[in-house]
This record gives sequence, structure tokens and C-alpha cells, in this order.
Amino acid sequence: MKQMAFTYQSGFLSECATLQNEMEMEKAIKDTPIIEIKDLTVKTREGVILKNINLDIPKNKIVVLLGPSGCGKTTLLKSLNRLTDLHKELKVSGQIIIDGQDIMRAGQNLASMRQKMGLLSQRPFPLPASIYKNVAYGLKLKGIRSKRLIAHSVETNLKRVGLWNEVKDRLKSPATSLSIGQQQRLCLARGLAVKPTIILADEPTSALDPISTKIIENLFKELKKHYTIILVTHVLRQALRLADHVVFMYYGEIIEQGHPDEILKNPKTRILKKYLVDGN
Amino acid sequence: MNRWKIIEEWIFKIISFIAAYSVVIILLYLLIVVFNKGVGALSWEIVFSLPEGGYYFGGGGGILNAIVGSFYLSLGATVLAVFIGLPAALFINVQLIRLKRTQNTIRFFLDALWGIPSIVYGAFGFAVMLLLGLNASLLAGIITVALLITPILVRAFDEVLKTIPVELQEASYSLGSTRTETALKVLFKQGFAGFITALLLAFGRGIGDAASVLFTAGFTDNIPVALDEPVATLPLSIFFQLSSPIEEVRQRAYAAAVILTVIILIISVSARFLSKRYSKNSIK
Repeated sequence: MKQMAFTYQSGFLSECATLQNEMEMEKAIKDTPIIEIKDLTVKTREGVILKNINLDIPKNKIVVLLGPSGCGKTTLLKSLNRLTDLHKELKVSGQIIIDGQDIMRAGQNLASMRQKMGLLSQRPFPLPASIYKNVAYGLKLKGIRSKRLIAHSVETNLKRVGLWNEVKDRLKSPATSLSIGQQQRLCLARGLAVKPTIILADEPTSALDPISTKIIENLFKELKKHYTIILVTHVLRQALRLADHVVFMYYGEIIEQGHPDEILKNPKTRILKKYLVDGN
Repeated sequence: MNRWKIIEEWIFKIISFIAAYSVVIILLYLLIVVFNKGVGALSWEIVFSLPEGGYYFGGGGGILNAIVGSFYLSLGATVLAVFIGLPAALFINVQLIRLKRTQNTIRFFLDALWGIPSIVYGAFGFAVMLLLGLNASLLAGIITVALLITPILVRAFDEVLKTIPVELQEASYSLGSTRTETALKVLFKQGFAGFITALLLAFGRGIGDAASVLFTAGFTDNIPVALDEPVATLPLSIFFQLSSPIEEVRQRAYAAAVILTVIILIISVSARFLSKRYSKNSIK
């Protein structure tokens, strides 16, 4: 009997230990940053845009890059999918590790790396094609040829951004016939269609009216369950509304970072205090 | 606003008005002169028949050979120029996007080529023709006119591509496009309306140029049926008729000028129409 009780107890303890290990592992996986930026420096002939940036981007969170104009937020965002390659004047050094791979290393498959990251720019830039073809574009690039699959994906992603009911009867119309707010949501649907894990958003609501802004913000809150969102903004209230983690930048450096309540309500540095008061 | 600023505004307004309307007036005056002198001599026979013997000395017939010849030559030259010009412009704007100095050097050379008078192209084409052992023919004319309009076409395509926002390229790359896919599926489509306009204007430049084909295309009373046959062109036909001592033939030169002008006007109007039609998908 004593023997049985001991066996039962040790079995229970070992199960508890396994469960605890699993939970710890799960927590570790959850806490593992999806992007690790190490010593990232971006220079031009005129000067340094980003100075030795070290930053971990957590998974399934909205990370807001905050700071005055010209502080390097957009450059940091564009470094993440190597769009900085398009600008010869930019000299980039350091490491950006995504899914364990340093994307800055030569020989990277840029096309597939970029498909992991949807991009939303300040102003929507729909492709010169119909609404349908805009969403289907990335799928075709991925080699998907089945018309049924493409149609299904177009519908699903337009529904996700709340655009389906507004455009389902005019999918063949030019994307430019949509309002600016609708175009921005179309660009988001286009990005989501290629199944990214990260969404890069560069002041995506700066050209939108308050209603369209609210729609995009609500979408981001919904999307963060499945995606990591890196949002550039200099609207403090937007940062407060959306951010899980705020990174405050100034002249190419990270000055402060942390939970929005922590750093926006109790800033530690003089620069951030001044920015929060003056807005610049 | 103080008094001086009001005067300044008025002076600027008047100068702009005169400059803008003088262009319109010059064009209208040119059209009036050409139509006034040419319409009287214009007939179905001139447009739809080949010259009979001694046409340039007052004989009967028309200039169908020159009208069709000009189309053959310009069409061939434009097609050839597009095959060189479009990839060249895409290369400058997509592959060389990081090499600003190389881009600017190529643009400088193209601008220099654009500025060379067409008679020099004619002389160069003649030298090439002799080198290749060609006779004055449709082919030699096509090559020479293509040489003339290629720099124009490349720079026009280049300017169209330069107006495309870099963010559109970024959007395409971020979806996983390669440079070639971005060039062909995004930039080409976005610039299509502008390309059509550039193409038609280059065609118009080709059809209206006399000097470049003077030594290379030859002249004939027939419509060529092969590339190695000589070809008549409207500008040369006008030149020969205007040089005639016979008044009636000189009148016919103006009739030919009316035909050429109408062709150019149709090309310009078509360019505007097509540009508008194909720009509906393009972002503004």
C-alpha cells in the first residue's frame, strides 16, 4: 500500500514537473522575440540615421516606434524588410535576426523574406490593377495558380479588413476608384493575403479621416492575435490606444522603451518628457 | 497687398498669357497657311493613287507611295526603337536604382543623342548602310529613323518611369516581387499610358523627318514589298514637289503637307485619348 502510494506520488510529481517544463517552454517561446535587432547602424554621406540600434520585438504585440520627424523611425522600419537596399545612399550594418536568420547576410532570398512582412505605407499605394488583382498579386507571386484558391483568399482577406461588403460587386473596378481609407484597407488585405507573420505599418493613418483611422486601429487590435505589428507613428494618443510596447526614438537612437503606461505616463528621460509636453 | 505686388502680379499674368497664346496662334497660323495652300490641290486621286510617269513634272497620279512608305518606315522604326528603348528605360530605373551616377551618365548620353541634328543621323545611317553592304532601302531607312527616335523614346519612357512613386515599387517588393516582376507587372502597367503617348510622339517624329532618310531610304514611285526595296516618304515627297519649277506641282506639295499635318494631328489626339483611357488603373 505504502509502495503504491509512493509510486502514485512520484508519478504525480513527475507529471507536475513535465507540465511545469511545458509551461516554461511555452512561456519561453512566447517571450522569444520574433525580431532581434543587434547594433543596427544606417549611415549616409551626410550623417548617421540610426546609431547602434539594439531592440527585441516581441511576438503578437503591437510595438510602436514613436518620435519626432526625422528621428529614423521609417528607416528602422524599412531596414526590417531590407527596402533600404533600394537606396544606394544608405549604408547599413548590424544584424536583424528574424526566425533565427540574419536577414542582413548576403545571399538571402529577399523575395520570400519580404513575404513574411506586410507593409503599409503612409499613403496607400494600390497596384495599377483591379481590386481583385491587387489582393491576388502576392498569391500569384507565391506560385498559386488555382483560381478557386485565389478567389477564396481574396474574399477571406477582404472580409478580414471589412472591405468585402463594400467591394464584392465591383471587384474588377480599378483599385484607384476606392476612397483613400478603402485603399489603405485594400493594401492591408493585399499584404495579409501572402500570409506574413509581421506587419510593418508606417504612419498608416496619417492620410486618413478619423472614421477610417478608427477602422484601421480596430483592425490592428484584432490582427495582433495572429501577427506582430510594428507601427510607426508620432500621434501620442494613437500610441496609447494601440501599443503594447513603445520605443521612443530621437536622432537615430532609442532613448526609452517599455509599456506605454510606464514610459508615456512616467518618462524617465528629459528628452521624452519634453517631447510629451511639446510634441517635438 | 501693396501696389507694387499688384503690378508685379499683372505683369506676370500678361507675360504668361502672351507666351501661352502665342504658341496656339503660331500653330493655328501654320495650319491656316498649309491648309489654305494645300486644300485646293487635295483630291482623292492624290491620296489614293500612285504617281504616274512624270508626276513631279506635272504628270497625273498621287502620293499613295509616300503615304504608305512613311507608315511602313515609321512603324518599323518605332517597333525597333521600342524593343531597344523600353528595356533600356526599365533597366535605368529598376536595375540601376542604386547607381545614381551611372543613371545620370546614361541620361546625359541620351540627351546628347537627342540633340544631334537628324541630318547627322542620315549621314551616319548612310555610312552604316555602306558598311553593311545595304542599298538605299526600307530597311536602311528603318534603321536610321530608329537610331533617331530611340534616344527620344528612351528618355520619354525614362521620364514616365521617374514619375512613378518609389513607394509603389516598395509595395511590390514587399509582396515578394523580384526586380523583373516589379518592372514588368507594376512599373510597366503604371507607366503604360505615358508609354503610349511617348510611342505615338516618337512615331510622329519619325514620320515627319526628311533629313535622316534623305540618303538611306531612297525614293520610288511604288509601294515597297520587301525590306531591301527603296521607299518613298512624305517629307521627301514634299521636298521634291516644292523644288519643282512647275506651280501645279508646288501646290501639290502643300496638299501633301496637309496630309502629313493631319496624320500628325491624328497621332497627337490619339496619344491624348489613349493616355486617358489607359491611365484609369494608374495611381495618381
